[in-house]
Amino acid sequence: MSALLEIAGLTVRFPVGDLDVPVVDSVGLTIARGEVLALVGESGCGKSMTALSVMRLVPKPGRISAGSVKFEGRELLELPVAAMRHVRGAEIAMIFQEPMTSLNPVIRVGDQVVEAIRLHESVTRGAALDRCRELFARVGIPDPDARVRSYPHELSGGLKQRVMIAMALSTRPKLLIADEPTTALDVTIQAQILRVLRDLQREFGMAVLLITHDFGIVNELADRVAVMYAGRIIETAPRKTILTAARHPYTRGLLRSMPALAPRGQRLPEIAGVVPSPAAWPAGCRFSTRCDEVFERCLREVPGPTVMGEGHHACCHALSTQGARA
Amino acid sequence: MTEPLLRVEGLRTWFPIRAGVMRATVGHVQAVTDVGFEIGAGRTLALVGESGCGKTTVGRSILRLTPAQAGRVTFRGVDLLALTPAKLRPYRRELQIVFQDPMASLDPRMRVRDAVAEGMRSFGIGADEADRTARVARLFERVQLDPAQIWRYPHEFSGGQRQRICIARALAVEPKLIVCDEAVSALDVSIQAQILNLLADLQRELGLAYLFITHDLSVVRYLADEVAVMYLGRIVETGPTERIFADPRHPYTQGLLAAVPSIDVEKRGAAPPVEGDVPSPSDPPPGCSFHTRCPAVMDRCRTDSPAAYRAGDRTIRCFLADPG
Repeated sequence: MSALLEIAGLTVRFPVGDLDVPVVDSVGLTIARGEVLALVGESGCGKSMTALSVMRLVPKPGRISAGSVKFEGRELLELPVAAMRHVRGAEIAMIFQEPMTSLNPVIRVGDQVVEAIRLHESVTRGAALDRCRELFARVGIPDPDARVRSYPHELSGGLKQRVMIAMALSTRPKLLIADEPTTALDVTIQAQILRVLRDLQREFGMAVLLITHDFGIVNELADRVAVMYAGRIIETAPRKTILTAARHPYTRGLLRSMPALAPRGQRLPEIAGVVPSPAAWPAGCRFSTRCDEVFERCLREVPGPTVMGEGHHACCHALSTQGARA
Repeated sequence: MTEPLLRVEGLRTWFPIRAGVMRATVGHVQAVTDVGFEIGAGRTLALVGESGCGKTTVGRSILRLTPAQAGRVTFRGVDLLALTPAKLRPYRRELQIVFQDPMASLDPRMRVRDAVAEGMRSFGIGADEADRTARVARLFERVQLDPAQIWRYPHEFSGGQRQRICIARALAVEPKLIVCDEAVSALDVSIQAQILNLLADLQRELGLAYLFITHDLSVVRYLADEVAVMYLGRIVETGPTERIFADPRHPYTQGLLAAVPSIDVEKRGAAPPVEGDVPSPSDPPPGCSFHTRCPAVMDRCRTDSPAAYRAGDRTIRCFLADPG
């Protein structure tokens, strides 16, 4: 089966002082049609930068220095600028954490969605507006006929994120990149938005690259999960496997340190230390400065993926001696 | 029954909305209305709710950082709201606060040693500057920071380390109660676990009480002894943490708990979320403030405001809990 999106060896470099640091380092990912892949990790691990690379929107002075991003077999990193502009929005859409910063404050939200539709398709304004109203109703915006005439500041955070979702879906993209889409929202509003995303993803048969730090959201939406640490993917597995049988010491530590799982009154199992800054990433395994099980080899050699089970890979020397090398 | 460390009764904090050239008051943002709860010495009460529910204003009103219009805040038998500024001063030492964003609450041009020692100097703690330096170093050890780093500036520390500095600064004046306003909300989960463990250790060793203001229910379940759930300026339910989580009685509490995405792989997409948005606190609905979103709404909810009904060790502000 051919993948919809195939990322291989992706490396994004940023100048940090005198160094040229790979904040995304040799990342490989695939997403099948209609699949929801969650990219999980703590702040600064490179998950957002990986997503922006797919859209070729890495902010300067950062740059993609190596790798390949294939979408339906086409190499996006070599596409002419005009063709790439068509891919963005029409074939791959993106929604962000903060809907207010993604909407123009002086244009009515209906007009913004109409503009997005007409940028990619030759339809009349009236037809585009009709589709906008349908989409607003579909994403659960009450009274869509009136709401198309609202300005962003007249809408709550949850309604603004629904407008962003409507705009993203207006061109029926094959892939939606959702970067922390509910992080800025309250929990009851988050539950509403997650339900909208789940329903529409199924209805449209759309693939989703979901960026999140929250394993609860992973459980709600994802089919498969990739965990990132310090610029590298360290474990990939189906949703249930990650949540119940993760093997990488970082993934296990992360799940154990969640207060949701801990019995009251007992100490939370901590991961010692802090995520090192990109300029201070260690050689070999980047988790070696915080890991409980460090071997001499971990300090020298970057661990490659070891097959742990069906669709389950982990990059850890302690595992590679037990399992088969991938 | 012994007197609790802190008792809040009938607290009301409204902010006037002014308009026109005469700045006439045309309405109020009803941030906090008729809020009451108790915290015992060495205990943790979590004040939970979504953004705009008034939980931060409650914390600020208790510390008199924001003036309240009505109510009593009785701390060790004294009503803080009735004190003159001079009489209030000694109590400022006993109630401290730690905020969400440690970078915003530390002066970027002040060495962290001076930030931590400032309160000590203000309250005459420590014999001289050298003694205060030694105390800051001990506090750094207490919050698991390297005492050799006390002369650094805030930007030289990570987010989690900065929050440890803010905790050290609060501890420096030997408080009885610390208000933690979303103190771990901005931290990554691996760092959050470290700070939660630190707060638990400090409570056990120093007998501190916490008013833990948060929107994160998994943190509440883990660390609070009692919970007060706020919605649109009012407390809708209070009770012991385990009872609230096992058997939420108020429809809002039920919806709030059900909305948290579970990490149980067998529980997925089951939760029916609370519909709609929170109404504006400047124009709250009549009757029960939750009736516009409540799945169990009755006729009287639209006109009458329910009292906080007592049921054993909990209170529920809902007609469903009305025994009469």
